[in-house]
Amino acid sequence: MNVDSIRNGIVIDHITSGRGMRLFELLGLGGETAPVAIMLGVASRKMGKKDIIKIDADISVDVDVIGFVDPGATVNVIKDGKLIEKKTIGKPERLTNVIKCKNPRCITSCEQELDHVFRLTERGEYRCVYCDTKASPN
Amino acid sequence: MRSLIDILDLDTGEIDALVKTALDIISHPDTYADVCRRKKLATLFFEPSTRTRMSFEAAMYELGGHVISMTDGASSSASKGESVADTAKIVSCYADIIAMRHPKEGAALVAAKNATVPVVNAGDGGHCHPTQTLADLLTIWRGFGRFSNLTVGLCGDLKFGRTVHSLIGALSRYQGIKFILISPEELRLPGYVRGDVLDKCGIPYTETKSLEDALPELDILYMTRVQRERFFNEEDYVRLKDSYVLTPEKLAGAKGDMAVLHPLPRVNEISVSVDRDPRAKYFEQAANGKYMRMALIMMLLGLTV
Repeated sequence: MNVDSIRNGIVIDHITSGRGMRLFELLGLGGETAPVAIMLGVASRKMGKKDIIKIDADISVDVDVIGFVDPGATVNVIKDGKLIEKKTIGKPERLTNVIKCKNPRCITSCEQELDHVFRLTERGEYRCVYCDTKASPN
Repeated sequence: MRSLIDILDLDTGEIDALVKTALDIISHPDTYADVCRRKKLATLFFEPSTRTRMSFEAAMYELGGHVISMTDGASSSASKGESVADTAKIVSCYADIIAMRHPKEGAALVAAKNATVPVVNAGDGGHCHPTQTLADLLTIWRGFGRFSNLTVGLCGDLKFGRTVHSLIGALSRYQGIKFILISPEELRLPGYVRGDVLDKCGIPYTETKSLEDALPELDILYMTRVQRERFFNEEDYVRLKDSYVLTPEKLAGAKGDMAVLHPLPRVNEISVSVDRDPRAKYFEQAANGKYMRMALIMMLLGLTV
């Protein structure tokens, strides 16, 4: 299966197979902001299978979201058909308004204007800064 | 400006300093009678409380300060939909320091981020209750003269018991601490406390359902109440509320110098007949809370004698 190369935009590569749709949703790519191709379960020599997202427009994406969903994913920035930057994101220290705290006892459950902020713990988990509830994976 | 949201906001040196001040207040109360003259403490209690609120108020009065109160969330601006953030900003205009209890976890942090005066967390849901921990620590100090080399049994509701979480955090910073966690399966200590505090600090702990089995080992037994207000399901509360009841017969298996602590109020998890036992320290603990709150108010307001 082939998807055309892009001239200006972003390719999110090496996404762990199965996480592509989650990343697509959290990045808010479902609207009509840019033409997007999602490839799921693509054969990969290193990973066996991987997912890829190609965004055919010069838009910015929230790299914290990418780092949260899949810290091993790579972001390739394409300009005039050439790769000008390639980077691995890693896990961000804080996530702001990427995911919501699902603890019904958390202050964020009743005060709608509050940012939903999660911090990265030493164990590599994300916990709500208000109530310490662990971020759920979905 | 400094607030106290979590007991871990205080390092061990600051805990030592608060204990030292509290002990001096106990010995020389007159010296502290005017330290907070012309200062106002606002007590904002969005959830019922007797001892914590009264303890804060007594603490401020004994320091020579004044207290302004919002004692019932239902009659306050919160019932009109005002946010915690806005309430904290407004109350900062009237008071020099705020003590706040709120049923939602993290509410005190929101208040502290928005207030322009120090905020003391007087309990945020099942999350933290740092000034209760200060009372616990002073009681331990007065009983043992140390915070190290102690085996501490925590019994009852370890899941929602905010005082338990705070005490574990505080004691995990000292050498030779061992915990025995005594609870029914449904009320076990949350994974984040076991992982982020006990495992991270390398603190040895065991989990058991049997109070009787644990008792002979303990230097301190920290009993807790199963709190009806933390349950969404009344059936679960009824099933679990009488899981543990400490009686004189059970205490017979404990060390002679063990200390029984309880954040109070108790319902029936400690038999009234235990009160006469010299190991029962929970009423002293309530008194100690006032002295530590006095020391804390002074620290946060930057006041000395």
